[in-house]
This record gives sequence, C-alpha cells and structure tokens, in this order.
Amino acid sequence: MINNTILVVIAASAISYGTPLLFAALGELLAERSGVLNLGVEGMMLIGAVSGFWAVQTVGGPGWVVLLAAVVVAALAAAATSLIHAVLTISLRASQIVSGLALTIFAGASGLSSYIGHVASLGGKPARHEFDAINVLGLQDTPVIGPILFHQNALTYVSWVLVVLTLLYLYRTRPGLHLRAVGESPATADAMGVNVTAYRYVHVMIGGALAGIGGAFFSLAITPGWLDGMTSGAGWIAIALVIFAFWRPELALVGAYLFGAFSSLAFTLQARQVHLPPEVFASLPYLMTVIVLVLVSTGWARQRLGAPASLGVPYVREER
Amino acid sequence: MKNTVRFAVTMVAALGLGACGGTSTAGTGTSSASTIKAAWIYVGPITDHGWTQAHDEGRKYVEQQLGSSVQTTYKENVPEGPQVAQVVEDLIRDGNKIIFGTSFGFQDAMYAEAQKHPDVKFEQATGTKTAANMGEYFGAAEDADYLTGMALGAASKKGKIGFVAPFPIPEVIREINAITLGAQTTHPGATVQVVWTNTWFDPTKEKQAAQSLLSLGVDAIGQGQDSPATGDAAKAVNVPWSGYDSDQSSYAPNIWLTGTVYHWGPYYTKRVKAAMDGSWKSDNYYGSIADGMIGLAPYGSSVAQSVQSQINAKMEALKSGSFYEFKGPLKDQSGAVKVPSGTKLSVSDLYAIDWFVQGVIGSPKGS
Repeated sequence: MINNTILVVIAASAISYGTPLLFAALGELLAERSGVLNLGVEGMMLIGAVSGFWAVQTVGGPGWVVLLAAVVVAALAAAATSLIHAVLTISLRASQIVSGLALTIFAGASGLSSYIGHVASLGGKPARHEFDAINVLGLQDTPVIGPILFHQNALTYVSWVLVVLTLLYLYRTRPGLHLRAVGESPATADAMGVNVTAYRYVHVMIGGALAGIGGAFFSLAITPGWLDGMTSGAGWIAIALVIFAFWRPELALVGAYLFGAFSSLAFTLQARQVHLPPEVFASLPYLMTVIVLVLVSTGWARQRLGAPASLGVPYVREER
Repeated sequence: MKNTVRFAVTMVAALGLGACGGTSTAGTGTSSASTIKAAWIYVGPITDHGWTQAHDEGRKYVEQQLGSSVQTTYKENVPEGPQVAQVVEDLIRDGNKIIFGTSFGFQDAMYAEAQKHPDVKFEQATGTKTAANMGEYFGAAEDADYLTGMALGAASKKGKIGFVAPFPIPEVIREINAITLGAQTTHPGATVQVVWTNTWFDPTKEKQAAQSLLSLGVDAIGQGQDSPATGDAAKAVNVPWSGYDSDQSSYAPNIWLTGTVYHWGPYYTKRVKAAMDGSWKSDNYYGSIADGMIGLAPYGSSVAQSVQSQINAKMEALKSGSFYEFKGPLKDQSGAVKVPSGTKLSVSDLYAIDWFVQGVIGSPKGS
C-alpha cells in the first residue's frame, strides 16, 4: 500500500513530531519579535507538559472538554512561568540570556515541573483522555496525502491556523506593525506612542503560553502520560528553529517539520534496513542552525533577513 | 562510626536476631543494632510501569518481610554514567551496607566502588563481573519470553512480528531469540523484525521505533523496553502487543497479550537477610520460571483459551525441566546450524550470545 511507503511515513511523522516544535517556535518568535530572547522555552514546555497532564487527570466532563481545559491550563501555567522572565528582563533589565537559562533550570527537568509531577503523583499513570489522530472528512486513507494531511490530531490543525493568524497579525495589523517596531527600534516605537513595556510583556507571555501548549503536546498526544524531562530538549530545538526560520512564521512551519522528521527518521530507516547512527539525526537540527547562522552573518543576509535589531537589548527610556 | 556499625552488624549476627528486630541501642544513635540500611539504584523512575517499578516492588517486599529491621532507600532516574559512582558514595556515606544496582550500565561503577569499600555488599543485576563483596543476579527472562513469543505468534496472522529492542547486548539478544523460537511454534515460519532504540527508557523514542515497525505492516509487536509506549503506538492501529517487566495491560487492555514479569522481592529479602546475619556470599544467581523470579503477566482478553492452555502446558514443561528453549538444533540468521541437535546452550553461552536465530530480521550488532 502506497501509504506505507517510506516517504509518506516520514512526512506523516514529520508533522506529528514537528507540531510541538512549531507551537514553541511560534511563541518564541513572537517574544523575540518584541526584542526579548527567552531561553526558558524548555522549562516552560515542561511546565506545560506537567500542568496539562494534571488537568487531564483532574478535570471532569466529556473528553473534548477535558482536553480543551488541559490545553488552557498548560498555556496559563507556562505563561505564568514566563512572567518571571518578563519581570526580570523587561522591568528589572536583567540579562535575557542569564534569566532565560535560569528559567529552564528552575522550571525544567528535576526542577519545578518534576516537583509538581511528584507531589501530584502523576508518574506512571495512563492518561484519562488523549489527543488521537482524527480521520478528517473521512480522507485518512487517501493515497499519499491522506496519512500526511488528514490523519493528525486536533492540536496539529490548530497549529496551522495559528501560523496563518501569526502571519496576518505580524504583517497585516497595526499591533503587528507596532510589535515589529518595538523589536527593531523601541525608542522609535516609544516616540510613536507605543507602550514598549506592555508589548514586551504581552508577547513574552504569549510565547510562554504557546510553549506550554507545545509541552502539553508531549503529555497529551505523543506519549500520553507524565515523565520528568519528557520534552527531552525540544525547547532548545525550538529556539534554534526561530533563527533557522529567520523569525518568520511560515518558515517556522517548514523548519518544524524538517526538524520533526529528523527525530524519527533514524528508526524509520533502520526498520527498512538502512543503518545510520541515530546520533547523526539528533544533531542535524543544530548543525543546520549553525550553517544558517553562518550564512545570515554575512552583511547582505543580515540586512535582508536578520534578527530584530533590538533582540536581547533591554529598553530604558532615559538612556535614549 | 564504621566500626560501630560493623560491631552492630556482628551483634545482630551473633544474636541471630534476623527479622525479629528489637530495640537495643548501639550508642551512636545513628544506627541501631537491629537495623540494616539497604539501598537500590534505578535507571528509570519508580513509576515507569516497567523494569524499575518491578525492582521497587521488590524493595517494598523486603520492607514488608523484614519490617523495622531494615531501612531501605532508593535513587531513581540515575543515568548510566559517571554519576553512578557519586550516587554509590552518597549511599555509603548514609550508612547503607548493601547496595543493589539494577541496570547493566551501572556495572563498571559498581565494581570500582566495590573495590574501594570492602565492608559494603554490592549486588549487580544483569551484570557479568563479580568480586568478594559483589554478587550478580538476574533471571532467565528467556523462559517467559519464549511463552510471550508463543502468544505473539498465535496473534499474528501474517507471521510478521515486530520487536522494539533497547541495546544489542546478550540479555536482549537471548530475549529476542526466545521470542522468535516461541513464535515459530504457534506460527511456523514467523519472523521477528527488530528496531534498536539504544535506550532503556525514553517513551518518545520507543513509540517512534514501534511506529516504524507498524508502518512496515507487522501485525503483532513485542518490546524489551521499560515503558509501555510500544503499546501506545500499537493501540492506534489495533495491533496485538506484548509488554515487558510488569503487567502493563491497563495501558491498552484490548490489544494486550501478556509479557515477561520479574518477582525480585524474595531474592532481595534473602540477600538483605544474609547481609544482616553475616552469611552473605558473593554469588552469580540466575533465577528462573521454576523458582518464581520470572513469571508471565496475566493474559489479555484477546488471547484465545486454546492458546492460553498451550502456553500453560509449555510453562509447566519449562518448570519441570522437561523442556528447554535453547536446545539444538538451532540455526542462525544465515541458516547455518549454530547449536547441533542434542546440545544445549549453557548459562555462560547465554551470557555471551551475540547471534540471532533464524527468523530474526535485523542486526545483532545494533543499528
């Protein structure tokens, strides 16, 4: 059957394993567009994973209500976590790098997320509800595109909508224009009457919320259940992905699926008797990011595609 | 302090207190004469529904059996690496007198620590190195694996079975061989295709490996992994599944067949007791289905009654010794006779096995 051929299998799994990367990368992209680099993505994803799973075990009601609630809880919990970073870097003007790293260490594996998981004894329990792949419009068995496009879970379809919304927001709305201005030149935006602090707070927290949903994707869809450190580095890949995608949502989608493909490619090839060390695939996202970084460090590319000009720089009105 | 504890242990031995406890005070207050501290080191979380959980149930069994005369502790999620030595040092500093390492990759660090601390007893599961104060223990999982293979073979219509495997080491290789031989009794000509994950416990990778096999059209799937993620992948396509380490049926009851389970408790109790009364000796213990260290998880509802009784009959034959799974003639993957008719693989052969029997698809050297 054609739907079991290697390319279809790889494409379908690229999307399912790329989706959490896409959520987290879109969030980080919005935060970075406002000029705030948040290296705490991994920590926020783990908070999302644990709180989402807690909600799915605790909230009552029909399956879809419980799952919806779980996603909301995951987003809120991770957004609250990102508030720490926002206060430290925007209001207190701490180093964004140090604060972000501290956030991942504080909230991540063997940190707050594992504490919550242990206290609520979430480990080793099957999920009461999980996001299953949906047979969209009954098209899942369509040759080639069926398993790739019409047999994913609800969150994947939500992420597609989110990419479109982010694109429209960034390039077709006034707040989007303001956001880009805040990231490029906060002083100019300030002079225009844009509230730089508010924009940065809101987008760091949206970034946190989306990272939380990405984390919940692990505990509610990929391997329903909770485990300490279960995102195993996806947050770092998401940060690399934002650079790889030149801070553009549509390229984040492409990059997320490319990086998602690498995560299971080693097994797919091995099952088909192609033997390559799995470490090669695990390192590919980083290798590709380094290559992109080298490419964009040329003058032309930096002008055309580079990072928001004020990324990583705290904004202080008096020091204009 | 060390001397006090040694004195205390000797006292316990002399008085033959064993499990009956008592409240004698040894003076220092850090360790009373009637208690021994025993520690377990786990590679995964105690809630993994698999390997580590089975060991932890063994630890709890020890507490239950020996009551207040033993004080147990455990360290979970210990990576197989340089941290092991650190963890062992910490445990010894805490006064633990017998330490159980429960993962193959702990062995080198355990052995090195055993050389440094001759007054502490070391016990290494699934290892090969022993010393005067370091024993080794494991169970003949292949007994139950063979029976699990029979269930897989009976469940498979096409005779195409998948197996999600951790590391290419002898214990896993003999597990795959036993499953394949078992499957071929209920489904002549059945093949078992292997995908290596290179991890004991990583649900995402385990699931991806399972999916890679399921996409090839295997219609029954087994695992040597410590989490039930393989079952999670199988559930989505409704393919029968066998587990490992513990009864994992609650994760996917409709597709669950059975699985190899371990009962470590009685062995642990025996060894802790021996450490207390001074009769502990380094040993190379190989439990089996006959002595109860190895067992078969309850059958799932999808296993037909006739298949269950066929498997049960084979289990009795294994227990009585009238049947042995690794008896010649056995052929390797190329079809060459590896074990001639009438010859049996010995335990030391099994500990060094590096070849797959005929019918396994995949490389015994790993990915």
